Amino acid sequence: MSILGNRVLRVEDPRFLRGEGRYLENMPLEGAAWVTFVRSPLAHARVNAVDTTAAEALPNVQVFTGADVDAHPFGPPPYWNINPAMVRPLVARDVVRFAGEIVAVVVSEDRASGVDAAELVMVDYDSLPVVLTVEDAAKDEVLLFPDEGTNVAARGGSQEHDDGFFDGCDVVVSDTVWSQRMAAAPLEPRSAAAELGEDGRLTLWATSQTPHTDKMVVAGILGFDPAQVRVISQDVGGGFGAKMLEVEGLLIAWLARKLGRRVRWTETRTENMLALLHGRAQQLEFTLGGSRDGKVLAYRLDVLADAGAYPILGAFLPNLTGLMASAVYAIPKIEVESRSVVTNTTPTTSIRGAGRPEAAQAIERALDLYAAEIGLDPAEVRRTNFIPQDAFPHTTATGATYDSGDYEGALDLLLRSAGYDELREEQRRRRAEGGPVELGIGLAAYVEISNPVAETEFGEVEITEDGGAILRTGSFSHGQGHETTFAMIAAERLGLPVERVTVVKGDTDEIPQGAGTFGSKSTQIGGVAGRLAADEVVERAKGLAGDYLEASAADVVLDPALGRFHVVGTAEPSLSWVDLATRASTDGRLGELKVSQEFQAPPTFPFGIHLSVVDVDKETGKVELRRHVAVDDAGTLINPLVADGQVHGGIAFGVGQALYEEVVYGEDGYPLTGTFVGYAFPSAAELPSYERVEMVTPTPHNTLGVKGIGESGTVGSTPAVHNAVLDALAPYGVHHVDLPCNGENVWKALQEAKA
Amino acid sequence: MTNIAHETISLAVNGERREADVEPRQLLVYFLREQLGLTGTNVGCDTSSCGACTVLLDGESVKSCTVLAVQADGGEVTTIEGLASGDELHPVQQAFHEQHGLQCGYCTPGFVLATVSLLEENPSPSEEEIRRALEGNLCRCTGYHNIVRAVEAAARAGA
Repeated sequence: MSILGNRVLRVEDPRFLRGEGRYLENMPLEGAAWVTFVRSPLAHARVNAVDTTAAEALPNVQVFTGADVDAHPFGPPPYWNINPAMVRPLVARDVVRFAGEIVAVVVSEDRASGVDAAELVMVDYDSLPVVLTVEDAAKDEVLLFPDEGTNVAARGGSQEHDDGFFDGCDVVVSDTVWSQRMAAAPLEPRSAAAELGEDGRLTLWATSQTPHTDKMVVAGILGFDPAQVRVISQDVGGGFGAKMLEVEGLLIAWLARKLGRRVRWTETRTENMLALLHGRAQQLEFTLGGSRDGKVLAYRLDVLADAGAYPILGAFLPNLTGLMASAVYAIPKIEVESRSVVTNTTPTTSIRGAGRPEAAQAIERALDLYAAEIGLDPAEVRRTNFIPQDAFPHTTATGATYDSGDYEGALDLLLRSAGYDELREEQRRRRAEGGPVELGIGLAAYVEISNPVAETEFGEVEITEDGGAILRTGSFSHGQGHETTFAMIAAERLGLPVERVTVVKGDTDEIPQGAGTFGSKSTQIGGVAGRLAADEVVERAKGLAGDYLEASAADVVLDPALGRFHVVGTAEPSLSWVDLATRASTDGRLGELKVSQEFQAPPTFPFGIHLSVVDVDKETGKVELRRHVAVDDAGTLINPLVADGQVHGGIAFGVGQALYEEVVYGEDGYPLTGTFVGYAFPSAAELPSYERVEMVTPTPHNTLGVKGIGESGTVGSTPAVHNAVLDALAPYGVHHVDLPCNGENVWKALQEAKA
Repeated sequence: MTNIAHETISLAVNGERREADVEPRQLLVYFLREQLGLTGTNVGCDTSSCGACTVLLDGESVKSCTVLAVQADGGEVTTIEGLASGDELHPVQQAFHEQHGLQCGYCTPGFVLATVSLLEENPSPSEEEIRRALEGNLCRCTGYHNIVRAVEAAARAGA
């Protein structure tokens, strides 16, 4: 009986439950100097002078400005095709482009005196006009990089429009969804620390999802030989795509070298809300054409993305949005055009979903508008247009090749699980009764892309002297439970109990390479790499066991239930892993039982359908999420307990976008949501329990059949809730509500419809 | 560093008597973390919004970022480190483990202690009561579903 597919309790839990989490801020780091960043309060300004005299008059305080920092600026990799001139200096020099940009770095002996000194750094600014919205930025009137002559940082898709694109369509619907700016808001604020060893090697401790990539970036920007850089990321308190190396970590590393001493930094929440990169911020203008009987014939999507002040990953993500524009539907013709523009706001990056939620948010609104126009039930218009189950692998008009799926099966399962007909009946009844609270039912189907850029991951399995195993992975866990899931994968192949497999991650000296964790790809490449390594270890162990049992390796088998090697056909004599490891240690052959593997595979396409039930108070606009039913299919599940958790968290993140969250700037570009008071992501009180419905359609792209599940819930839930709110308001002629569908936005939409 | 007169406080932390000199402006959370080395209590925000720093003060849950160390003078503080009995987890900790009520773990000490306090006041809360009682604790990973299951399980176990 395989351990895979069992709800194994997480082995990493006890240390977190006991308050022994190895978060970076908890490290003692004796003798470390404190670093405090002085950040611009202005969104766009010329920096005339930075006077550090008063600050440096305090005892044991040093201050560094942009002129002091001799490092390359920070920018995107060239293959993202982002304007390479729009790079960010680690510390601003002559101009600041967003509120929160670093203008000086204070080094002190402790946290409190750092804050005191930072307040004494005098910066002489001249305000410049600000540009805060993508529409304004696209006008190119106020330029962030005047030498470039435009705010457009990147383009994607086709810029050629076919004027007859919707010819032959009986019905054409269109609207614009602003997928609002969101904060990743991990509960743990970021920290960084660094020291230069006596051997000249740099160690950077980071709160990062991608230590190996970070190592290369540190080396490149600060001019180190990569072999001279070690990055260690231990327990990380949530990341959601946003916790990767940024200018702060680079400055910490730079300071450690400059000062020849250990330095550390931990941000405040306010700093985190300003400076940790934001996400989404895409304007999605869509047009959909189809026949009267419900067949979608053509779809056009224009994406205008807000890259923030310095374009990086967020400027690239419209490429993923465009790639996924077809969603779960067989649409013969699709046109996508995207532009990413710079604005005087915090730069944007990936956050949970990263480009795919935006695609779903657009087409799922389009489908509902189309369904309403032709008088078809939203479930039926989806059914009519699904890519059929027998069409996989299926290449969409945007060029994505979906591996496997059963969209109609998912719809049927969802409708049955949710009691769709009964819900519609309740809605009819309540509408007839005419009470103050309207019932809304929203559907959203989605397909997302996990491991989107077909990456390679590293896995190594080593049998230890005591007959246990170590699995080293280049993947990273900041809450996803790799220590359990990956251990299960190796344990199953080795025939060891899960607790005998120790998963090691996050240290670039310990693990030679790694892609890290983003794009929901951990299990499907990292897990599989570990599995391949375990298989090869078993093969080698058979050779060793053959020698000890005086048999040919070809005749030796592993009994996975007992974890014992014996000659085929005779259960005894046999050797356990402990026996084997003990003898191999004595013979100096234990090293044979250490194998590294890499695994690379194409993307996979998890999918699902969500249904939301909301109550909308038509007097106040208040929306209450009553039920959320979710079918999510990410292929085979290694640990359904952990998979449930990933889906639940994803749903909450998506509901947060649908109903509550938005990063807001004042007219002058000053952030108004700089704390958890201003930026309200939902608490337990705003959310219901979710009704998760499992469905399993394995991928052919790996031996485990697994796809990614970390982001699925987020992709499906936002449009389902959005559609539910609009469904509730349908009797009032409301066809559009801005995200988030909070009381204010819903109330406004109702007033506009009345007017 | 400005010179601020220190005050001597005496309190019990996880059953152990502690005396210390603290600045009057010292927050309880930094006293616990930096002076006593009890880093299980996490700091998640600056505004008493997230509850990651929740501890028990005289048996009731408080956000230790909103309590001055001097206010705890003469009191009894329980942090996450003081909850388990040796190898055995407290029933609330055990319930969070069994119900997968944690992911990254950062908010977990706060949720566990808030739950201990809740069940002290209301040994068998309804789902709605649990959700309302935990409104002051934020989690970004779990979507709260399994946290609620954990509290229910702990209540059933008589925690």
